[in-house]
Amino acid sequence: MANVLVNAPKSAKRGAIVEIKALILHPMETGFRPGPNGTIIPRNIIERFTARWNGAEIFSMDMSPAISANPFVSFFAVATESGTVRLRWTGDQGFAVEEQVAITVE
Amino acid sequence: MSAPRVAAVVAIVFMVSYAAAQVGGDKRRSGYRDMGEALQKMQDDDTANPGMLFVQLGGELWSRKAGTADKSCADCHGEASASMKGVAVRYPAMARDGDRPLDLEGRIDLCRTEHQKAERLAPESRDLLALEAFVARQSRGMPIAPPADPRLAPFRAQGAALWRQRQGQLNLSCAICHDDNAGKRLAGIVIPEAHPTGYPTYRLEWQVLGSLKRRLRNCLVGFRADPWPSGASDYVALELYLMERAKGMALEAPGVRP
Amino acid sequence: MDRRRFLAGTAVLAVLPLAPAAATPDSMAAAISRVIGNAGVTEGRVALDLPPLIENGNTVPLTVSVDSPMTAADHVKAIHVFNEKNPQPNVFSARLSERNGKAVVGTRIKLGDSQRIVAIAETSDGKFWSASADVIVTLAACLEDLT
Repeated sequence: MANVLVNAPKSAKRGAIVEIKALILHPMETGFRPGPNGTIIPRNIIERFTARWNGAEIFSMDMSPAISANPFVSFFAVATESGTVRLRWTGDQGFAVEEQVAITVE
Repeated sequence: MSAPRVAAVVAIVFMVSYAAAQVGGDKRRSGYRDMGEALQKMQDDDTANPGMLFVQLGGELWSRKAGTADKSCADCHGEASASMKGVAVRYPAMARDGDRPLDLEGRIDLCRTEHQKAERLAPESRDLLALEAFVARQSRGMPIAPPADPRLAPFRAQGAALWRQRQGQLNLSCAICHDDNAGKRLAGIVIPEAHPTGYPTYRLEWQVLGSLKRRLRNCLVGFRADPWPSGASDYVALELYLMERAKGMALEAPGVRP
Repeated sequence: MDRRRFLAGTAVLAVLPLAPAAATPDSMAAAISRVIGNAGVTEGRVALDLPPLIENGNTVPLTVSVDSPMTAADHVKAIHVFNEKNPQPNVFSARLSERNGKAVVGTRIKLGDSQRIVAIAETSDGKFWSASADVIVTLAACLEDLT
C-alpha cells in the first residue's frame, strides 16, 4: 500500500524558488543483509525518483542501496506556472507509485 | 497556514511545553536531548519525520470501518484531535472492569475485539503501530500524566522491581545504566535516562516505527537476557513504572531515536 | 585516529574470510572515473552537509549544495555522491537544470562504517566540481537480535 508524504507550497509567486519534500514508505532492502537463517535477504529498493511540473521533468534521482529506508528527498523548483507537480517512484519488484500536488502560481 | 509555518509553530509549541516541564529545577532529560542536532531536526520537522508516514496511515485507519460491527474508530470517537487529546499521556491504564493494566496497544486491541468485533492487530504490525502513533500524536507536547488509580499500584511496584532487577549474562539492571550512569558514554553513545517520552518511535536501528515493548526487548538482548515473552505482563508493568518516573515530561510523538 | 592508521586497519579487516565484499577507496575512485571520464575535477563550489558524528548509520541526513546561478546558460546538470566503505561505491545521482533555481538536494543515506563521502557536481559547461567529508559512525549499545 503506497504511503507517501509530500510537502510543497499550495501557492507561490511566479519565479519564486520553492522547496519540495517527499517521504515514501519503503524498506529499501539493500541485498547485502543476511537474514535470520544466514541467507541474504533479496534486494528490494526504489531505483528512480522523478518530478515533473506540468509534464516537464524538473528533477530526478537514481537511488542505490545506500539510500535509507523510507527514502526522503528534498529539492527546489522555480514556480513557473500553475499546475500539477507529479512525483513518481519506481524500483524492484515492479514498484511504481505516483503522487501529485497542485500548485497555484500567481 | 503554510506547511513550513505549521512546522515552525509545532516546533515552538513543543519547545515551550518541553521547557515548561524543565521549570522548577527539573533536571530530567528526554532522549531527544542526547541526540545530535541533525536527528533533533528530523524529529521536529513534520514534513521530514519518517514516523509521520505512520501517523498519516493511522489517520486513514481511524476512519476505516472494520470487523463484523462494521465500525470505524471515528464512529465512536469522532475527531481524534478532540477525543484522543490527553489519552496517550495517561497510559498504561486499567480498563473499567479490567483486572490488569493495558498499554495503548492493548487498549486499541480491546476496542477492536469488543467494539468493532474485529480481529486483534498483530503485535508490532504496521497498522497497530500506525493507530498508536496517530493516537499519541494527539497528545504531542502534553505532560505525561499517569492516572492515580489505586488499582495500578501493585503493577507499578512490579515495574519498579523489574527496573532494579539484575538480569542476563551481563548481570545488569535498567537502573545501573539509566539511573546510575545516565549521561556517561557507552560504545560512543550517551546513555539516556530512558524516559518513554518519544514512543512510538522511529528508531533508526529498526528503520521503521516501533513500540516501547520492542525497545525494551532490545535492552534485554543488550544485556544478554532472554527477552520476556511477547504479551508478558512485565512489559506493561515496566512501562507503568517508566511513565510514573517521567511524570510531567512532555510527550514527543512520533519520536526519532538512534 | 589518523586516516592512514584507520585505512591500514581496514585493509586488515578486508582479508578476514567472513568479511563481506566492500567498497574501498579504489572502487570509489573507479566509480568516480565512470562518471567523469578523462575530465579533471576541481575541489570547490560544492558543500556537503553531513553530521560529523552519526549515532546510527542506517539513516544519515545529507544535503549537497552547489554554488551556481542556475540559469539556462550556467547551471548544475548533475550531482553524484559516492562512498568509500559500503558494499558498493554509489550513493545517488541526481539530474538538475535551470528549472531548479537552487542546486540543493537533500536525502538520507546508509553508511556502514566511518568513512569518506565524496560529492561531484557536473556543471553545464562540462566541468566537474567536488567536495568530500569524513564522517564517524557509531552505534547504540542495545540493538535487536535478528535471530
